[in-house]
Order: sequence, then C-alpha cells, then structure tokens
Amino acid sequence: MDTHSRPQLTDEQIAALGDELDELRGRVIMDLGERDADYIRRIIKLQRALELSGRGLLFAGFLPPAWVGGTAALALSKILDNMEIGHNVMHGQYDWMKDPGLESQRFEWDTACPGDQWRHSHNYVHHTHTNVLGKDRDIGYGVLRMSEEQRWRRRDLGNPLYATLLAAFFQWGVALHDLEVERIEAGEIEWSDKREILQAIWRKGRRQVLKDYVVFPALAGPGAPFVLAGNLTANLTRNLWSFMIIFCGHFPAGVEEFSEDEVADETRGGWYLRQMLGSANLTGGKLFHLLSGNLSHQIEHHLFPDIPAHRYAEIATEVRAICERYGLPYNSGPLHQQFGSVVKKICRLALPSRDRAPAAAAGTSFAPEPDPAGRGRGPDVAVVA
Amino acid sequence: MTASSAPPAQRRLGTRLLRSRFVDLLLGPHGVDRYLEVVRPTATVSDARGEVIDVCRQTPRSATVTVRANAAWTGFRAGQFVRIGLEIDGVRRTRTYSPAGSEYAGRDALELTVTAHPEGLVSRHIVAALEPGTVVHLGAAQGEFVLPRPRPRRLALISGGSGITPVMAMLRTLCDEGHDQEIVFLHHARRPEDWLYEDEVRALARRHPRLRVVYRATRGPDAGPRLTPESLRDVLAVGPEAWVAVCGPPALLAGARSAWSELGGSRDHLLAETFTTPPLAPAGAAAAAGTLHFRRSDRRSPIATGTLLEQAEAAGLSPDFGCRMGICHTCTCRKAAGAVRNLRTGEVSSEEDEDIQLCVSVPAGDVALEL
Repeated sequence: MDTHSRPQLTDEQIAALGDELDELRGRVIMDLGERDADYIRRIIKLQRALELSGRGLLFAGFLPPAWVGGTAALALSKILDNMEIGHNVMHGQYDWMKDPGLESQRFEWDTACPGDQWRHSHNYVHHTHTNVLGKDRDIGYGVLRMSEEQRWRRRDLGNPLYATLLAAFFQWGVALHDLEVERIEAGEIEWSDKREILQAIWRKGRRQVLKDYVVFPALAGPGAPFVLAGNLTANLTRNLWSFMIIFCGHFPAGVEEFSEDEVADETRGGWYLRQMLGSANLTGGKLFHLLSGNLSHQIEHHLFPDIPAHRYAEIATEVRAICERYGLPYNSGPLHQQFGSVVKKICRLALPSRDRAPAAAAGTSFAPEPDPAGRGRGPDVAVVA
Repeated sequence: MTASSAPPAQRRLGTRLLRSRFVDLLLGPHGVDRYLEVVRPTATVSDARGEVIDVCRQTPRSATVTVRANAAWTGFRAGQFVRIGLEIDGVRRTRTYSPAGSEYAGRDALELTVTAHPEGLVSRHIVAALEPGTVVHLGAAQGEFVLPRPRPRRLALISGGSGITPVMAMLRTLCDEGHDQEIVFLHHARRPEDWLYEDEVRALARRHPRLRVVYRATRGPDAGPRLTPESLRDVLAVGPEAWVAVCGPPALLAGARSAWSELGGSRDHLLAETFTTPPLAPAGAAAAAGTLHFRRSDRRSPIATGTLLEQAEAAGLSPDFGCRMGICHTCTCRKAAGAVRNLRTGEVSSEEDEDIQLCVSVPAGDVALEL
C-alpha cells in the first residue's frame, strides 16, 4: 500500500475511541502488582549482572574471547539500562511501586543525557506534541530533515552523513537535544539562556566519560587499551541500536505528521488518535522486544506512556482490534523493512522535494509520500474500512 | 543509640570504601546500593533495611515482629518512632511504628508490635500474612517522646491499645539500665485478650520491687475505671519529682493531661504521644472542603475547584508542568499528607509522602504538598 488518505472520524467517534482507550488503560492500571514489580526487578538484576560481568571480563581483555564477551555483555547492559529500564522508569511506569529506586522524577541512567533534560524533551515535548511539525523536536532532532514539510536547505544534502554521525554518537546527540541548538542558530534564544542546561550536561557527561574512558581503563593497568576499546565499542553498539529503534518509531513510511493548526483544539480522544497515526511498531520475538525496551510497541507506548512496557505486548491485540474497528492503520513491520524505509526517507529528503500534488500543497501534509522505489515493500499497514 | 558491638575495623573500612566517591563514580549513576541489593536486599550500605526474623502473635489482633536491621540503620531512643516500608503486591507501603524493644537490644532485635486496624491495609497484612525473611525498609528514628536524663525518680508509663509500644521500649530500657526507682506501668485496652506484653511486664515486676503494673479493660464486664485523677492518684504519688509518659488515642491523652494538672504535676514533666488515622474522603465526593498547605512556600489556601496544579497556580505558585493531561509526569510532586483523587483512575490515595501528578489530581480533604 503506497498511499492512503487519513481516516476521517467524526467527533463522536474520536470521543468514543478515547473512552475505549481510557477504559483499556484503567484495566491495566488496576491490575498492576507484584508481577510487574518482579518483572522490572528481574530485568534490573539481569542488567547489573551483565554490567559487572562485562566490566570484569574486559579486565582480561587481552584474551580475545574475554574481550568479545565482555564488550557484548557491557553493550547489552547499557541497552537494557537505557531502554527497558531507564526510558521506561523515567516515564513513570513504575511510580505506583513507590520504590525510591524507581521514582520517575529522580531516576538517572547510564548515558550522557541528564535525566531531568530527558524528562523534559522526551516525556513532555515529544510525547505531548508527537509528530506535530514545529513542536515535536524529535522530528530530525534539529539536525536532520525528516519531513517534506521542513524547508530544504543546501546543507540538507548532508542528511545521510548527519544521520550516520548522529547514530554513532547518539548518546551525545540525545544529551545535547535540550540545548535546542536550532533555535539558538535562528536567533530565537541565546546561548546564555541555556547555561544551566549546559552545566548539567557537562556534569553528567564528564562523569560518564571519566568512568568509561579514564577510570575503568586505568584500573586495568597494562590492559587499559583493551578496556578502553571495549567500552567504546559497547557505547557505540548501544548508540547504533537505540538510534535504529527510535527512528523506527515515527519515521517509517505511512506514519503521519500533523500541523499545529490541526491540533489546536485537540481533545483527549484526538490526542490518542494522533498517537496511533503517528507511531509505528516493529515485529519480532520476545528478546527483540526486550532489547528494544518494548519500543517495538511504539503505538501502545505512545497511547500509554506510563504503563509498564512489558504490558504492551499483552494489550497489542486489543489495540489492534480497536484500530480495525475505527478503520485506523496499525503500522507494523520487521526491523529491516521499517528501518529500510527510514533510511530511504533520510536519503530522499537530502534532496529538495519534487513538486507536490496541489492537494498536498493545500494542506494535507500528512499524506504519506508516494514512494515508487518502495512499491510492494511498504509496511504492513492494516486499514480495514 | 543502639549499643550493638561496633563492626570489626575491616568491615568498617569496607563500608567506607563502598560509600566512597570513587566507587560512586564507578557504579554511577545508580550508586553502590543499587548493586548490593541485587546480591542481598539488606546488603545496602546507605539504605537502612532489615529482614524479618521472627513473627509471633501475642493476641489475636496483633503481631510482634522482630527485625534484624542492617548496619545502615542508626538505631533509636526508647519512645521514638520509625517509618517502616513494606512491599505488598508490588507497592511499598510506609507506615510509622514505635519500636517496643529496649534501645540496648541492638540491630539484631528491632521489635515492632502491630495491631490490626480494621481498615488498615498494612497492619492487617502484617498481622495476617507477614513471614520471616521479608525485607523491610527503615527510616531514621524520629520524635521527642523520650525520657529525660537523668532518669525520673518517679515515673508513670501510661498507654492505651497499641500505644503500649513506646512505653514498653521505655520500661525495657530502664530495666536494662538497672534503674531501681519507682515506676508504675498502666495499660488500657478493650478486653483482657487484647492486653499486650502482660506476662513480660509482670515478670519484670517480680524482679523490680518498685515497678507496679496495672492492666485495665475499658470495655466488657471486666471494665475498670478510665483514666481519672482518682485512678491516677491511686497508683502514683504525683509531686514535683514525678514524670508521666503517655501514649494512646487522643481521648486517653486528654484524660491524662487533665488528671496530671489536677493532681499538680509539672507540665514540663508530661510526655505525650498520640496516633490518629486520617479520615478517608469518599471517592465520589464532589469538591472537598479543607485546606491546601504548600509546605515549601509556607502558604495555605482553602480548597477550591480544579486540579491541584490549577489550585497551586491560583495560590501564586508556579510548579513545573508539561502536558497538563497526565501523560508526561513533569508536575509530579511529593504529597506529604492528605487524601487526593486521581481524575484518570478515580482512585483516592491517602498515603503519606507519596508522589502524585498535580495535573490529574484533586484534593479529597486537607492536603499538604512539598511545593
């Protein structure tokens, strides 16, 4: 399926959709308990074990199997720490446990970005204004051109290069996100407005760098180069992986964008609808879902960002059924397909947009791009209606 | 403070290393306790925790729990209270209890006696289902309900119901100190089957000739006199040297206060502690009446309509907020006390010191916020 027009729902339908999703959320919230607490503690235990064994093995990093094993364990540990634990805990998914170690507003994660800044740029800005051009700063992170609606500039020719660099240094890209460099560049704000943000990034980033690239290597004495290389590789692996997963959440073909005007008087049901149309899922096995921090269930995550993420798989069938009932797409596909379509988009948008159909120019900006190259390989967008 | 033997020098050095900034950097950003607890929940060096090692039931409605606290717990003085956190169905519930043991009993024998309250989620769980091996989270001991030094030469320890625990701690502490002055231990409970620690207190009295023990039932056929000036004078010669420590429901405290002043006791020599359970507002209540207390800015305003976020803003505060629809948790705020209703779930929650989302919460009675 290459093109479709956005499903038109009446206000009553949108309200009913909101009620159904609220009811589903309420049911899960009522059911939260020991099972969920045990789950997150089990994952934390696994992460800690991977981290300690990874660091330990890297001290014997002069032996190739120890280096490979240690690096892999540390990379997995960081992926779990950032995605299934950090991202989800900071969303408030486990606040109901009242465990001070899992409080959303005080949690810190093993990456350069300070938790407070992430909570602002991600939990508030991105999750409230999902896919609203000009408001959701996750559309291109202020660096990439990710939408036809973003005016093409000559420097966008570097889109694929910037994307590659962002992927490789993703933890730093995320750390600098709340600086809003593009607004500083546009003269809307000054560097001095961001002094506190910069100081916090410096404090957090310095500790992360010291730990991974100075102190742990130094502790290994003559083995320092092996530890340094292992830590660099683990961080790089985590960066590439999280970039891939995150970019598959909102940029595959078929995901819709919105204008500020469209969401001006949005109701709760309208917000739910936008989350559904603006997110895409990844299919895969249990391990894949875990390593994606269950962001493979991006649609469920955007509908219910503060429900424990391991519940998303359980409610996915119901969410999908709701989509079908309202004639809404449920954008889902395997990683290679979804990421392939993201890569294509990044490359295509490096070039100025071709003349668009008058209808598109008139404002149906959310109609997905005609994608001749991707014909027949589009995502599994189920539209029943 | 507890008189438990100091850990060996080696262990102290190990603890100091684990708490050092160096280890904090290596195990950052989570910190050393988040790793130690994975090995053993009570192995933490900064978080005070303990393990339940014994549960016995003295009376049908109570449980006496012995906890072995870890080295991070700094002990208590007899009469003080401690916040105890206990996980029930995945949720950590925190309640305040006064230890009943001697302050010299040490970390291995922190004793709590909990009486099941008919509406009490935690107390009922402790009485009905708590098992050895359970991990509890311990707060630092607090409260000014403690005996003076030098110890009073004439002392009445008066309690009602579960209020017996802090005065029991005082009695045991005095006995451990070899205190041999006049003490009267006067306990009130509904019926004889609810009397706590009776055997032990009477056994102590056999060893301490100047300890007098009176247990009184307040209901049923055996009901004795309530606390009146006469009933107090019968057991204690009140004079300038006399002290009284009383713990129990508000009515008992009121009785003790008036009896004490009537008999000419020194006001400075009356130590009192009470406990009340906050009234729960009905879930369906419309606009509740009461006061919002913004503790950090030290402001109060009567409850109006709207969410707590809106009411805080109307009171001239500017709390952090984001989506204003319950999604982003930016406005999450510590509620010190009071009941609030979550507009999204309809749930009313009255726990102390819990985080709530201001933008989707409305007050269901007096609320104190850390704003």
